[in-house]
Amino acid sequence: MDRHFRFRKFIEWATWFGMLGCISVSVFFLVGILGYVLVHGAGYIDWEFLTAMPVPAGETGGGIANALVGSFLVVAVAGLMALPIGIGAAIFINEFPSHGFGHTVRFLAEVLTGVPSIVVGLFAYALVVIPSGGFSALSGSVAYAFIMVPIILISAHEALRLVPDSLREASLALGIPKWRTIMGVVLPVSSRALVTGAVLAISRALGEAAPMLFTAFGNSFWNVNLTKPVATVPLLIYTYATGPYEDWHQKAWAASFVLLLVVLFTSVLTRAFLRSKSNE
Amino acid sequence: MKLKNLAAAAMLTALSTAAQPALAGCPTKGVKELTGAGATFPYPLYSKMFSEYDKICGVKVNYQSIGSGGGIRQLQEQTVDFGASDGIMDDKQKSQAKGGAVLHVPTVAGAEAIVFNLPGIKRSQLKLTPDVLAEIYLKKINNWNDPKIKAINPGLKLPDLAIAVVHRSDGSGTTFIFTNYLSKVSAEWKDKVGFATSVNWPGDVGGKGNEGVANSVKQIPGAIGYVELAFALQNKMDWAQLQNKAKKFLDPTLEGASAAADVASLPDDMEIVITDSATASAYPISGFTWLLIYENQTDAAKADAVAQLANWMLTDGQKYASALDYAPLKGAAQKKALALVKKIKVNGALVLK
Amino acid sequence: MARDSQATFESVERALGGVKPLGARQQVINFGDRIFYVIAKSFAVVVILLTVLLVADLVRGAWESIGRFGLRFLVGTTWDPVAREFSTLPTVIGTLVKGFIALLLAVPVSFGSAIFICFYTPRWLRPVISYPIELLAGIPSIIFGMWGLFAMVPVIRVVQVWLKANFGWFFLFNGPAVYGVGVLSGSIILFIMVTPIITAISKEILLTVPRAQIEGMLALGSTKWEAIWKVALPYSRIGLFGAVILGLGRAVGETMAVTMVGGNSFALIHSLFDPVHSMASQIASEFSEATYSLYVSSLIYVGLVLFGITILISLLAQFLIWKISKGKLALLD
Repeated sequence: MDRHFRFRKFIEWATWFGMLGCISVSVFFLVGILGYVLVHGAGYIDWEFLTAMPVPAGETGGGIANALVGSFLVVAVAGLMALPIGIGAAIFINEFPSHGFGHTVRFLAEVLTGVPSIVVGLFAYALVVIPSGGFSALSGSVAYAFIMVPIILISAHEALRLVPDSLREASLALGIPKWRTIMGVVLPVSSRALVTGAVLAISRALGEAAPMLFTAFGNSFWNVNLTKPVATVPLLIYTYATGPYEDWHQKAWAASFVLLLVVLFTSVLTRAFLRSKSNE
Repeated sequence: MKLKNLAAAAMLTALSTAAQPALAGCPTKGVKELTGAGATFPYPLYSKMFSEYDKICGVKVNYQSIGSGGGIRQLQEQTVDFGASDGIMDDKQKSQAKGGAVLHVPTVAGAEAIVFNLPGIKRSQLKLTPDVLAEIYLKKINNWNDPKIKAINPGLKLPDLAIAVVHRSDGSGTTFIFTNYLSKVSAEWKDKVGFATSVNWPGDVGGKGNEGVANSVKQIPGAIGYVELAFALQNKMDWAQLQNKAKKFLDPTLEGASAAADVASLPDDMEIVITDSATASAYPISGFTWLLIYENQTDAAKADAVAQLANWMLTDGQKYASALDYAPLKGAAQKKALALVKKIKVNGALVLK
Repeated sequence: MARDSQATFESVERALGGVKPLGARQQVINFGDRIFYVIAKSFAVVVILLTVLLVADLVRGAWESIGRFGLRFLVGTTWDPVAREFSTLPTVIGTLVKGFIALLLAVPVSFGSAIFICFYTPRWLRPVISYPIELLAGIPSIIFGMWGLFAMVPVIRVVQVWLKANFGWFFLFNGPAVYGVGVLSGSIILFIMVTPIITAISKEILLTVPRAQIEGMLALGSTKWEAIWKVALPYSRIGLFGAVILGLGRAVGETMAVTMVGGNSFALIHSLFDPVHSMASQIASEFSEATYSLYVSSLIYVGLVLFGITILISLLAQFLIWKISKGKLALLD
C-alpha cells in the first residue's frame, strides 16, 4: 500500500515536472522570438513610422501608414465575410441534425486548413481579379476570408460542442425558441472560446503575405478604395525583408513588431469587451 | 472692330494653349495613375524613380515586384499597364499576350557577383575562370583545394574544405542571367542544365531570394553563390574576380556592366542577354532589365502616359541609377532603347512624335 | 448532440402530454426557428461551395500537366523546368517528413503546456502566459523565417555538426551537417509555429471541463495528475483532436518560413540534414517566375496533390479517433 502510494506520488511529481518542461519550451521560444522582434524592431518605431508614407530606396525615414490602413481595411472586410460563415456553419453542424451533411462540412473545413496561402491567393485571383480585370482590396479580402473560415469554423464548432446540453434543455423547457436558445444561451456561454478562434483567424490573416501578391497587389501610395490595389503590412514586411538594404531590414522588424501589437491589442480588447458584457 | 477682337482673342487662346509646355516627360492626356508589375531586381531603383516622378508630374506609378514571371503574366492578361522582366519573353509567351506585340525596353543594366565564404580569403583575392566556375556548379570540382582552382590562384592558401554550392530556390531573372552565362562558356552546362529563370541544379542548397543566397553563403563555411551586386555590396560580402572573354580578371562593378552593354552589335529590339560580352572591360555576368510594353495600344491617354514614363526613365530618370548600384544606359544602348519607346502606337498613330 | 437537442424538445413535448410547449405561440416559434435553420444551413453550404470551387479551379489549372504526366507525376523524381520534365515525389516526401516530425514534437509540448496553464497555474497568472502564446500564433510567417534563418539555423548547424561527428554512422545523421538548413531546421521551425495554435485551442477546451468532475476525482483520493489523465483528457479528447487538426493544417500548408530554412532542393532526402522543398514552399518559390503554361500547370498540379494528401491524412486521423473511441464516430459523440 505504502509503496504504491509512493509510486503515485512520484508520478505526480514527474508529470508536474514534465508539464513544466513543456511550458518552459513554449516560453523559451516565445521569449526568443518575441524578444528578437522587440530588440530588432522596437527601437525603430516612432510616430513618423506609424503615420508617414513609405519612402523609396536610398532614403531613410518614412513609415508604413498606408500599409497599416490597408491591412485593417482588407482584414476587416474579410472578417465581416468569414465570421458569419464560420460561426453560422458551426452552429448548423452542432445544433441541427443533418444526417452526415454537417459531418461532411466539418471534414471539408479540416482539409481546407491545409491549403497553402499562395494557392488561396491564386484561387482568389481566378475568382475575383480576372473577371473584374484588375487587382483590388476586395479580392484580397476574399483570399483572407478563405483562410479564416476553416479556422473559425473548427474552433467555433469545438466551442459549441462543449456547451453542456443541460443548458440547452433548461432553456427549451422554459419555452424559449430554439434559435433564441442558440443566440441567447449557447453563444454567450461559449463566447470566450469563440473569441480565441476569431483572434487566431484574424492574426493568421494579418500575417499572410502570399495571398496578397495576386489580389490586393500592394500599393506604394495611399488608397482606401476597395476596388483598387492596396498596401498591406505583411507584403510590406516581405518586400523590405528580402531587399538588400539594412534600413529596409530594420523597417521589416519594426513593422513586425507593430503587427504583434495589433494582434495583442485585438485580443485584449475583445476579451475586455466580452467580460464587460457578461458583467451586465 | 468686333471681328478683329474676336480674331485677336482666338489667336491669343490658340497661342496660350500651344505655348503651355508639358512638363518634360509627363503624361499629357490627364492620366494620373499607372500600374506596373514584374522584376524584383530593379525594384529599389523603380521605387526611387516613381517617387520622383510623382513629385515632378503628380502621376502615381504603382509598381509591385511580384517577379518577372508574374510581370509577364499580368501583362499577358492586361491587368497592368506595363510589365517588367529580367528575362526575355519566348515565342510561346509572346503568342499568349492578349494585346499583341510586346516591346522589350531596357532601362538599366546590372552585374552579378560570385560571392564566397572562405576563412582568411578576402574580397577580390580569389580568381575564377569560366570553366572552373561552370565545373564547380556542375559539381565536378568539389573541394576548394582542387588543383584547377590552385592553378589560377598560385599565391593563395586554399583550405581543404568541401564546396557548398548555393543557388536560388525561387525562379528569378538573376538565375536567368547566371545560367545564360554558364551556357555560353560551358557546352556541358548548356547540354545538361540549360538556362532559364529556374533550372534543375546539380546541387546543393537553395536560398530564397538574393537575400537567402547571401545569408546562406555568409553562414556556410566553404559556400559559393551568385547575387546581384547591390546585395553583395550591402552585405559586405567577399566576391571573386572573374575572367572575361578578353582574358582580364575583373571585379563586378557598374562600369563593367555598362561596358558589357556597350556591345557593338546591339539588336534593334534589344532582346539580347549581355553575358560574356567581348568588350575589353566588360564584366562577364551582366544583364539588362526590361520594361514590357505593348507596341499597339488602344487607350490613347494610357499609351501617352506609358510612353512618356518610359522616355523619362531612359533620360532624366537615369541619374538615380548609380547611387543605388545600378548601371545607367549610355551610348548606343540608350539610343536604341529610346528608339523602341518611339515605336509605341495607339490605333496606328505614333504616340511620341 | 444536435440529435439530442431535437430529442429533448420532443421529450418535453411528450412530458407535457402531447401539448406543444406554449401552444399559441407555436407558429411564431416555428417560423423563427425555420428561418434560423435556413440561414445557418446556407452558411454551411457556402463552405461546401468554396471547397468545390477550389477543387474545380485547381483541376482546371492543373489540366495541362495532368494530361501530360498523369500519375507518373507522383512517383518521378525529376523537376526540370528547362527539359520540361516535372514530378513531385521528393517534395511530397519532404512535406510529409517535416510535418510529421513537427507534429511529433508539437503535440506533447502543446498539450503539456495547455495542461500546465489550466491546472497548475494560479488564475491570475494564466493570461500572462496565454496571451503571449496567442501572440506567437499571430507572428507573420516571414518573421518566423527570418528569425529561423538568423537565430535558429546557426544553432542547428552546431548541433548537426556535433551529431554527425559522434553519430554519423546512423543514417539519419549522415548528411551535409554544415548547411544548417534542411529537414531538421524545417521541422523545428514548423514545430515552433504549430505549438501556439494547438496550445491556445487546447487551453480553451481544457478550461471547460466541469470542475465538479475533477473535484469528484480528487475527493476520491486521486492525485491531480490522475484526475487530469482519467477525467479531463478523455472528456475533452475530441476537442483536443480538433486543435491538433488546426495545427496539422498549418504544418502542411506553411510556406514562407519553411522556404527560408528548409534548404529547398529537389533531390530525395537521405538524412535529417538534407535540404528539401515542401510542396507549399515549391509552389510559392517558383510560381512568380513560372514562365510557360506547362510549368504553371505543373505547379498547380502540386497544389492539387497537396490537397489530396491533406484529405488522406484527415481521413486517416478520423479513422484513428474512431478506433480510439471504440466504434463511436468521432464527431457525433
